[in-house]
Amino acid sequence: MSSATVEAGRTLAMGQDEAVGGGRQSVEAPFGKALARLGQSRPNIVGLTADLGKYTDILPFRDAFPDRFFNVGMAEQNLVAVAAGLARTGKVPFATTYGVFATRRAYDFVAIALAHSNLDVKIVAGLPGLTTGYGGTHQAIEDLALMRMIPGLTVIDPCDATEIEAATAAIAEHPGPVYMRLLRGSVPVVFEPGYSFEIGKAQRLREGSDVGIVSTGFMTERALDAADALGKQGISAGVLHVPTIKPFDAEAVAEFAAGFNHIVTAENHVVVGGLASLVVETLFDAGIAKKVIRIGLPDRYIECGAVPTLQAKYGLTTEAVIATIAALH
Amino acid sequence: MLRNSPPGSADIGVLERKATRLRRHMLTMARGQGQGYIGQGLGIADVLAALYFHELRYDPHNLAWPDRDRFLLSTGHYSIALWAALAEAGIIAVEELTTYGADNSRLEMSTLDTTPGVEMIGGSLGHGLGQGVGQALGLRVDKSDARVFVELSDGEMQEGSTWEAAMAASHFKLDGLVALIDCNGIQADGPVVLDMEPVADKWRAFGWTTSEIDGNDMMAVVGALADARNRDGKPKAIVLRTLPGKGVPRIETSEKSHFFRIDVAQWDGIIAEFDKTVGAA
Repeated sequence: MSSATVEAGRTLAMGQDEAVGGGRQSVEAPFGKALARLGQSRPNIVGLTADLGKYTDILPFRDAFPDRFFNVGMAEQNLVAVAAGLARTGKVPFATTYGVFATRRAYDFVAIALAHSNLDVKIVAGLPGLTTGYGGTHQAIEDLALMRMIPGLTVIDPCDATEIEAATAAIAEHPGPVYMRLLRGSVPVVFEPGYSFEIGKAQRLREGSDVGIVSTGFMTERALDAADALGKQGISAGVLHVPTIKPFDAEAVAEFAAGFNHIVTAENHVVVGGLASLVVETLFDAGIAKKVIRIGLPDRYIECGAVPTLQAKYGLTTEAVIATIAALH
Repeated sequence: MLRNSPPGSADIGVLERKATRLRRHMLTMARGQGQGYIGQGLGIADVLAALYFHELRYDPHNLAWPDRDRFLLSTGHYSIALWAALAEAGIIAVEELTTYGADNSRLEMSTLDTTPGVEMIGGSLGHGLGQGVGQALGLRVDKSDARVFVELSDGEMQEGSTWEAAMAASHFKLDGLVALIDCNGIQADGPVVLDMEPVADKWRAFGWTTSEIDGNDMMAVVGALADARNRDGKPKAIVLRTLPGKGVPRIETSEKSHFFRIDVAQWDGIIAEFDKTVGAA
């Protein structure tokens, strides 16, 4: 067994960099740095975590503003409740934990303590989808589906470091509760500086004529790379990036889909309840009858393992996107 | 009250009469629907009278005043008592009380924060104390000396989130946070189904300065609230032993019910009896 094989097969330790994507520049802790910058001009921003400060990149904020940072320990219901109370005193709390805990564990608090009162709290959730090899306990494979069911909650799945920085600033300005997926550690830069993020707006990143890829989160990076590779094979693929899951930009999706015979969705999430479901609902509502091919995680729990191995096994790679689309032609 | 009442200034007789007025309002409200969480409301009436007419610092004409003391009713279904107190405090109209629980009324059977004077959505039990911790932290960031009072119940202590919040409050040394734990011995399925005793010891073990009193004894309530003003680095817990239906013998002695429903004629009898007793007192 070569050392490279061993490397590829290892299970990552909790604090290790699990960001994905190769061959691109990356930024360390884009969320925490962006939040620390915002904290300078926005004294009402406070930070919270539930014993995962180190693993959700929020420590730059804590170090800059120790009096405005609260670690409530391993208690995610209380994390959200405390954030709600802080919001009621005029603060804008950014509360971090892993997606699995913010959703499965604290759902009633997100729904009732935050969303029902439209409180200005931002939940920033690490380990979205399949970005950890820790297995079902830590992989938030269904968080987008769960969170988009909550009335008034804004749900965001950013693609890269540039978008995380822009979205952090945007959600701080946006009044109301937000759930944002976090890519942590060394996060690739996919979008150019100056990329403009707007809550609720999809972005048409590639024009095409044969197949239309609607993607969210880091799958947009794969979609762009796949579109480039497919172009060399003579297949013209368009890419529509949908970083905001709720409110969903149905108009842009319907308009984009109208231009293609085949629609492919790509998400770092189970293929039920998330982006694929939203696209299908949108097309059906718009009277657009087209076959939609779903790339994403199967409706089951994922085992432990190395992230690259698991992403390859479950089709969250550029190669998988290429293969799916090439098979259509 | 726009300022904290001076220590020792409470007029027990006046507060007891306020509590009686709150109870009378609640009977009117429950009669309108023929039902309601009247047992719990009557049980907590003395505490709400002590809070709204002595202990709390607030301005009924400026509910958003940042330096107000907060009262969070975690048990949203005790709303009947809160509406009575808010009416008596001049925050909502007394005439509106008859709409309790009716369609389109702001005075819901379980609190929503769209009604003036409500600091949180209660009802999903286990939410209040954590939100109180957050408000107390926010007030600390603002360097405000305002305090946060959270009412919760004995049954509610079975929600694990209550203890998550209890741990955090003592960790953060939130000495302006006061938990008012209404131990009335009933919950949805009847008499408390999971033994919570010894209640006071549990709070002490979590680092709270804790007292235990008869929650229907105005002198004791006022005294415990006075002690809780001490900013000694610890959150305060007041364990209130209350009697569901207190002050209305026919409800006190009825089967201890989480939700009380009788017909209008019986309500009229209860109210007539109450008025007679109070008039005679």
